[in-house]
Amino acid sequence: MLLGRTANGLYWMNRYIERAENMARLVDAGLRMALTRTQSASEEWNSVLLSAGSDVTFKQKYSEYTAANVSDFLLRDTSNPSSTMSSIETARNNARMVRTALTRETWESINEAWMSLKRMLARPIDERDLPSVLDAIKRETALIRGSFYGTMLRNEIFDFSQLGTYVERADNTARILDVKYYVLLPSISWVGSTLDNYQWESILRSVSAHRSYRWVYDAEYKPTNIADYLILNVRMPRSLTFCYRFLSEHLKFLSDDYGEHHACHATVERTQSMLRAGSIKNIFDAGLHEFLANFIQDNTKLGDEIAQDYRFN
Amino acid sequence: MRLAAFDEMLPEVSGLRRPYSAYDRWLKEQDPARLTEKMQDAERVFRKTGITFAVYGEQEASERLIPFDIVPRIISGNEWRRLTQGIEQRVQALNAFLDDIYHRQEILRAGRVPRDLIAKNEAFLPEMIGVRPPAGVYTHIIGVDIVRISEDEFYVLEDNARTPSGVSYMLENRETMMQLFPELFQKIKVRPVENYPQLLRQSLAAVRPQSTKGAPTIAVLTPGSFNSAYFEHAFLADQMGVQLVEGQDLRVVDGHVAMRTTEGYKQIDVLYRRVDDSYLDPLTFRPDSALGIPGIMDVYRAGNITIANAPGTGIADDKAIYSYMPEIIEFYTGRKAILGNIPTWRCSELDSLKYVLEHIHELVIKEVHGSGGYGMLVGPAATKKECEAFAKKLAAKPSNYIAQPTLALSTCPILTEKGLAPRHVDLRPYVLVSDRIQIVPGGLTRVALKEGSLVVNSSQGGGTKDTWVLDD
Repeated sequence: MLLGRTANGLYWMNRYIERAENMARLVDAGLRMALTRTQSASEEWNSVLLSAGSDVTFKQKYSEYTAANVSDFLLRDTSNPSSTMSSIETARNNARMVRTALTRETWESINEAWMSLKRMLARPIDERDLPSVLDAIKRETALIRGSFYGTMLRNEIFDFSQLGTYVERADNTARILDVKYYVLLPSISWVGSTLDNYQWESILRSVSAHRSYRWVYDAEYKPTNIADYLILNVRMPRSLTFCYRFLSEHLKFLSDDYGEHHACHATVERTQSMLRAGSIKNIFDAGLHEFLANFIQDNTKLGDEIAQDYRFN
Repeated sequence: MRLAAFDEMLPEVSGLRRPYSAYDRWLKEQDPARLTEKMQDAERVFRKTGITFAVYGEQEASERLIPFDIVPRIISGNEWRRLTQGIEQRVQALNAFLDDIYHRQEILRAGRVPRDLIAKNEAFLPEMIGVRPPAGVYTHIIGVDIVRISEDEFYVLEDNARTPSGVSYMLENRETMMQLFPELFQKIKVRPVENYPQLLRQSLAAVRPQSTKGAPTIAVLTPGSFNSAYFEHAFLADQMGVQLVEGQDLRVVDGHVAMRTTEGYKQIDVLYRRVDDSYLDPLTFRPDSALGIPGIMDVYRAGNITIANAPGTGIADDKAIYSYMPEIIEFYTGRKAILGNIPTWRCSELDSLKYVLEHIHELVIKEVHGSGGYGMLVGPAATKKECEAFAKKLAAKPSNYIAQPTLALSTCPILTEKGLAPRHVDLRPYVLVSDRIQIVPGGLTRVALKEGSLVVNSSQGGGTKDTWVLDD
């Protein structure tokens, strides 16, 4: 038994840690595209903002899609509630609130990440420093994850934390795919131009999968393989199937512990069996965009149901 | 200003005092450089564990630490026995006084305490009249501030009968000392304080409402993570293994206070609250407060929850009441107070006011409702101008002030860059009241780090020391 507020704090702490890192990853992929492509870098930055779900708020503030503007907005702007800095701050506030539920190592790693990122992101980032800043963000979140996995007891506290992580991650991966779904469609994409290669690599890079892809498939990028990897691969830690495997597992632990089934259990079950039965061909035949839009909607619904079923909304 | 003070380790007259002899032998064998290193280690330990007292604000990355001195304050078994007798008597009287004030008010009828002092006091809660808390205990957790003047003279400076803080420092100070100097604890038998959280839990469980079935559910109520003592609230909840709740987690369900959990509402039987009375129940006290639990006072009056400490206990530790403590103790225990008060002038009384105004440069003057060392004047340390300014404030609202002689608080050595140097100290032992009274052998020793300073409050540059009660 946990306080609803504690479960809520754990869930959002982990969603925001995940988000802080995802923002850095998106900027990283955008930066790579901007560096390797000669034209329409602004289009690329636009899709980065779309994936981040921040394009509307960005436009209220800036008129130009440049590396400096976008990275500033996604990494350090505290008026953007999803920026890395805002996310890490929200994560820490939640951690402070649920401090009694965390190991000392976990709390300290979050506190230290907050302190060091606050220092690093205090001033606008010089473009030359951007790669090292992105590295530092990923390192800090990796340290948090490391102390979390290394020291936390596998109980309900762990379960609610993991639910936050995987709901956020699934949402992130689905959005990245959805923003770029048109470059994956066979009709347009199978032209094999270098331009498409960059696009595909960018997708993989934004989920840190550009190297592991080659281990699983082959050196050549194929849109169906990329989609298969990010949607259906059970071993790929950011794929939708992977996220749902763990969401389902942790929800099962909770229902076993509490002896109670809720609406969220039915929802996770449905999505999981849909993913299990799915083949990438079917998904493409029925429409990739439709598939992803449905998935994002269901995933949001799952988050709401978890909050309601465990009384922390 | 320098006062000739009694040093607890090395008084000028009699030489090294016995409680310190074993420690002194050990100290003489130590390399000064190693001690300085240990001092830095101590600070690192505190930072790492995050033992902080001030909220690190939104803009502040650093947390404020209370400075810790590595020389222990040592109390002999005999001295402690005397202190505990005095404290027990005092705590009994405090609870008897509270019960009386909220029921028959015999002490007012007997004319021993003026009626006005109670009726016009903000700390008096009319809502508590006729309410008898579970097990008849009003103040469950008390921190009695004690000062020493000489070998045999101890005085009570203040009774903290509402929500005394600082006990987490007592525990962490000991923990730190054991980490730094394990060999010392092998050589010297120091009575343990580590079991305080267990004792607190048992003590709270013992005062559960009569209607409680089975083991009671206990929770610590905090104003939230931005409160300056949040660390301590989280620490105690953690150590006791109970929930740390905020007002927003609680509501009244079927005549009981319940917390909202992942498995629905769960009844709470005992609430160790670390919020002020006025924030407990917006229906009863402050309609504008978002911190409280609407209706908790009705549950309380029905005897379905224990609130520790009880609402309205502030009337017993008010600074204006303090000056009546000797009378209060005698009235309820039938004996003279074992631990005396510091002589106190109530400025509300004309003769006293006259005396205080004439002797302002010799006295310590405090606000009746002040705390934390704010709003006070230390006459001998103040400039003429400060004294004059304060005299004006005092004359304008005399009933707001009390005055006490400037006492030469005992000193205890601290480790400075130039070796040991005496600094003024006080002592706050922690008392738990349930069906019995328990006093943890030790407490929080606060020390004024500035040479000659008498202000030990952490908000004003005070530090802390580990406090040893010898098992001798």
